[in-house]
Amino acid sequence: MTWLARNWDQVAVALGQHIVIALTALVIALAIALPIGIAAARSARVYTVAIAVAGFLYTIPTLALLALLIPLAGLGRTNAIIAMVAFALVVLIRNIATGLREVPADVVDAARGMGMSARQLLWRIEMPLALPVIVAGARIAAVTIISVTVVAAYVNAGGLGTLIFNGIAGDHAPKIWSGALTACALAVAVDGAFAFAERRLRARSVG
Amino acid sequence: MLADAWNYVLAHPAQFATAFYVHVALSGAALALAAALAIPAGIAAARTPRVALAAVGAANIGRTLPSLAVLALVMPLLGTGFAPSLFALTLLGLPPILLNTIAGLQGVDPDVVDAARGMGMAPRTVLTRVELPLAMPVMFAGLRTAAVQVISGAVLAAFIGGGGLGDFITAGIAMMAWPQILVGAIPVTLLALGTDFAFGRVQRRLTPAGLRAP
Repeated sequence: MTWLARNWDQVAVALGQHIVIALTALVIALAIALPIGIAAARSARVYTVAIAVAGFLYTIPTLALLALLIPLAGLGRTNAIIAMVAFALVVLIRNIATGLREVPADVVDAARGMGMSARQLLWRIEMPLALPVIVAGARIAAVTIISVTVVAAYVNAGGLGTLIFNGIAGDHAPKIWSGALTACALAVAVDGAFAFAERRLRARSVG
Repeated sequence: MLADAWNYVLAHPAQFATAFYVHVALSGAALALAAALAIPAGIAAARTPRVALAAVGAANIGRTLPSLAVLALVMPLLGTGFAPSLFALTLLGLPPILLNTIAGLQGVDPDVVDAARGMGMAPRTVLTRVELPLAMPVMFAGLRTAAVQVISGAVLAAFIGGGGLGDFITAGIAMMAWPQILVGAIPVTLLALGTDFAFGRVQRRLTPAGLRAP
C-alpha cells in the first residue's frame, strides 16, 4: 500500500494509457462491425460467414495473436489495437445483427407506410430500437478489450500490464498488486457503466 | 518461416512434447476442477432465486476480471509454478460454468417439472432425469466457453512459471526469434480451435433433436 501511495502517479499514467488504448480499439471495432452487422441482419449468408470468421479470430489465444501479429505490425500499440479489434468483432457483429432482426416487423411496416426511405428506416427506427442489444454487445467487447490490453503490455503497448510485467520481472509484489487490482477495478467499473446504460435504454424503449 | 518452426520442433522434440503436455494437463485439470466446483454450486444456487441472483452477480464480476490480472494476483500469494497457475486458471473457469448451469436449470419449463412431480417422481429423480438433461445443452455451452478461456489463459501462465506452450511465445518475443514464436502460437491456436470445435459437436449431440438448429 505504501508503494501505491508513493507511486500513484505512475499508476495513473498507466491507467490513462490503458483507457486510451482500449477506447481507440472499441471505436475502431464498432466502426468495422457496424456495416458488417447491418449486412448480416439482412442476409443469413453474410451472417453465417461473418460470425464464422470473427468467431475464429475470437478463439485464438490472446498472447498467440499478439505474437503472430508482430511481423505484420511490429511491437507496440498498432499491434495491440489490431488484436483487440479482432477479438471484439464477433460479439459486436452478433449483437448488431440480432438487435436489428428483433425489431418488430409491424413497426418497420408502419414506418414504410409513412413513406420512410430505407436509410431513414434504418437510422430513425431500426437502430434506436436495436440500441439496447447493441450496447449489451459493446459491454462484452469493452471488457474483452480491457483484458487484452493488460496482456498487450508484453508487446510494448503500455498500460496497466506494464506494472504487472515490471513487478514480475523485479519480483516486486506491490507493483503487481497495483497493476492487477487497478485493471480489475477498471474492468468492473466499465462493465457496470455499460450495464447501467443498457438498463436505461431498455427502460426507455419499453416505456 | 514455417519450415524454420518445424525444424525447431524437430531439434527440440522433448522440450516441445513437455510444453504441449503441460499445457493440456494444466488446462484439463483446471477445467475439471472448475466444473467439479461450479456445477454442484450452480445446481444448489438455482434452487433459491435469491441465492441464484447473488451467484450470478458474483460470477458476472468474476467474468469481467482480466485473465492476466488474476494470474498476476495469485503469484505474490502462492508463488510461481504449476500449482499457482492451476489455481488461477480454475478461478477463470468457474464463472462461465456457474452462469450457464444456473441459466440452464432456470430455463427448464416449469410445466415439465410439474408434470414430472405429478407423476410421483422424487425431487432427486426430477433433477437427474428431467431438469439436468433439459439444461444440459446450456450447461455444456458454459463448459465450452470455459475450456477455450482456460486454454487461452494457460498461455499466460508462462508469465508465472506455469510452463506450457506460452513459454515458446514469451521466449520468442524476448529474443525476437520468429520460429520459436510460431512453435508456441500455432499449436496453441490449433488446440483452442480444436477444443472449441469438439465441444461444439458434443453440445449439438446433447441437444434434443427437436431443439437443434438446422
